Amino acid sequence: MAPLLEVENLKVKFALRFGELTAIDGVSFTLVRREKLGLVGESGAGKSVTGFAIINLLSKPGYISDGKITFQGQRLDKLSDEDMRDIRGNRISMIFQDPMMTLNPVLTIGEQMAETVLAHQKVSKAEAMEIALAKLKKVYIPSPEERLRQYPHECSGGMRQRIVIAIALLTDPALIIADEPTTALDVTIQADIMDLMVELCADEDMGLILITHDLAVVSQVTEKIAVMYAGKIIESGPTADIIHTPRHPYTQGLIQAIPGNSEAGRRLNQIPGMMPTLTDIPDGCAFHPRCGLSKDVCQRETPLLLPTDNENRLVACHKIGLKNNF
Amino acid sequence: MFAFIVRRIIQAIVVMMIIGLIGFAVKNNLGDPVRDLLPISASEAERVALRDKLGLNDPFVTQYFRFLGQALKGDLGVSYFHSKPTIEVIAAKAPATLELVFATALIIVFISLPVGVYSAIFPKSWFSRITMGLSTVGVSMPVFLTAIVFIYIFGVELHWLPSYGRGETVNIYGWESGFFTIDGLKHLILPSIALSSIMLPLFIRLIRSEMMEVLETEYIKFAWAKGLHRKRIYLVHAFKNTLLPVVTVFGVEIGILFAFTILTETVFQWQGMGFMFLEAVERSDTALLVAYLVVVGAIFVVVNTVVDIIYGFINPMVRIAGTK
Repeated sequence: MAPLLEVENLKVKFALRFGELTAIDGVSFTLVRREKLGLVGESGAGKSVTGFAIINLLSKPGYISDGKITFQGQRLDKLSDEDMRDIRGNRISMIFQDPMMTLNPVLTIGEQMAETVLAHQKVSKAEAMEIALAKLKKVYIPSPEERLRQYPHECSGGMRQRIVIAIALLTDPALIIADEPTTALDVTIQADIMDLMVELCADEDMGLILITHDLAVVSQVTEKIAVMYAGKIIESGPTADIIHTPRHPYTQGLIQAIPGNSEAGRRLNQIPGMMPTLTDIPDGCAFHPRCGLSKDVCQRETPLLLPTDNENRLVACHKIGLKNNF
Repeated sequence: MFAFIVRRIIQAIVVMMIIGLIGFAVKNNLGDPVRDLLPISASEAERVALRDKLGLNDPFVTQYFRFLGQALKGDLGVSYFHSKPTIEVIAAKAPATLELVFATALIIVFISLPVGVYSAIFPKSWFSRITMGLSTVGVSMPVFLTAIVFIYIFGVELHWLPSYGRGETVNIYGWESGFFTIDGLKHLILPSIALSSIMLPLFIRLIRSEMMEVLETEYIKFAWAKGLHRKRIYLVHAFKNTLLPVVTVFGVEIGILFAFTILTETVFQWQGMGFMFLEAVERSDTALLVAYLVVVGAIFVVVNTVVDIIYGFINPMVRIAGTK
């Protein structure tokens, strides 16, 4: 199957006064139609930046310095502003983290929905409202006609995230990038929203990139996982493999830190230390200062993301790459 | 919304009563009206009798409420110098000041909005940099200096514009207006620009910084992610949110503009309330001063109340809060 989205060796830099920071350092992944990918990592790992880079909405002074982003056979990184505008919110939609902040407080929900349709399709305002209404029904919003006339502050957080999802669906996109869509919500509502997204992806034939720090959420939703650390993908593969047989010490640490996986009464495992800031990423493997298995080679050489068990299973760790010599 | 309006109006009335209290306290403590009304030869008994007749021996609160009652009927005392009810004196001067403030407000709105918005969207353009530089100069120059510089350049040296008085006016139902004659409008140009020179830079800066802040919000990012046209993002999404705090400040600043008219009117010999106020000070016309205080206070309160109600209409969140 031809890939829906192909990201190859993506590099994102931030031009700052004292020099350039590399936020994303050679990230590659592919997504076929209807596939769901989880981008997992701590805050600052570069997950969100990757998401924004795809739709070319990096906040200044960030820019794509290298790499290729191909979406449905079209090079996104080479597109003009106007062509890119017509892809954003049309063929690729984005869902943001905090639904309390995502909707404009002074415009009605109807206006904010209709304008999205009008920006991409030649329809009348009334027709745009009809589409909006249909999508609100799709995300199970009670009394949708009334909602169209309401302002965001008249809706609860969970309701607003449903509305944001409905906005993302308006133009029947092929891909949705969801940046921590449930982080700001109550746990009970988190599950509802996640279920809704899975259902919609299947119904509407959409691909999904789910950006999150929550391995538990991804494991229930996506087919593939890519774990990011300090601007790089350090491990990727099918969800079940990553969850059950993590190879990278960082991924192993993350999984051991999930409460559900440990015995009652025992302390949860913790990865010591903090992720390095972009200004001082250590030489060699960026994870080595926190890694219990670190050797000399880890401090000198950056491990490459290489296939291990099979060609879908990639790990960037000297322990795996050098095997017996480690 | 209705409850919100009612509440704002009640607040306005309370503020007016306090302004009245200050006005009355000033009037009550400056000079003794009996001494002015009776000849020096009048006996002590006659003085006491007149005091009683005028109610000057009543408790302060009683006198205050009598003052309020008279004020409500439009009676704010008689001007010593003009020997006319103060309210008539002020009414004759008010159109000049109101027109000056109105013209100034128009200048502020029509320049600060586009300039502020533009320099927020393109903060690094040369236009934005120059405006920001000029606005610093504008803020730090006192109105009377700006006014004198204007008079020197455009009046004295270039002879382009008149620098003195209101010019030809038209009487419309008792309102002396300079808006309908070329001469009147010409006379309006220098004073209104001079008066706006203080507020204009302030507003450009305020609008710019508010707009820049709004442009950084999540909902603007989301608007970009929805693929909206940039015009719609800037002029609908960002602008509407920028306007909210600006409207409130505008209400307050319009009131302050009335205070600044005292300087501007004096420099340009503009026959308005500010000019009248300074004359009244020179003539120790206490009744007129107190009446001026109350009238300007009333204008201030009315403008602010109206602005708050307008704010309620633009900001959907206020509407809800008001109905709770």
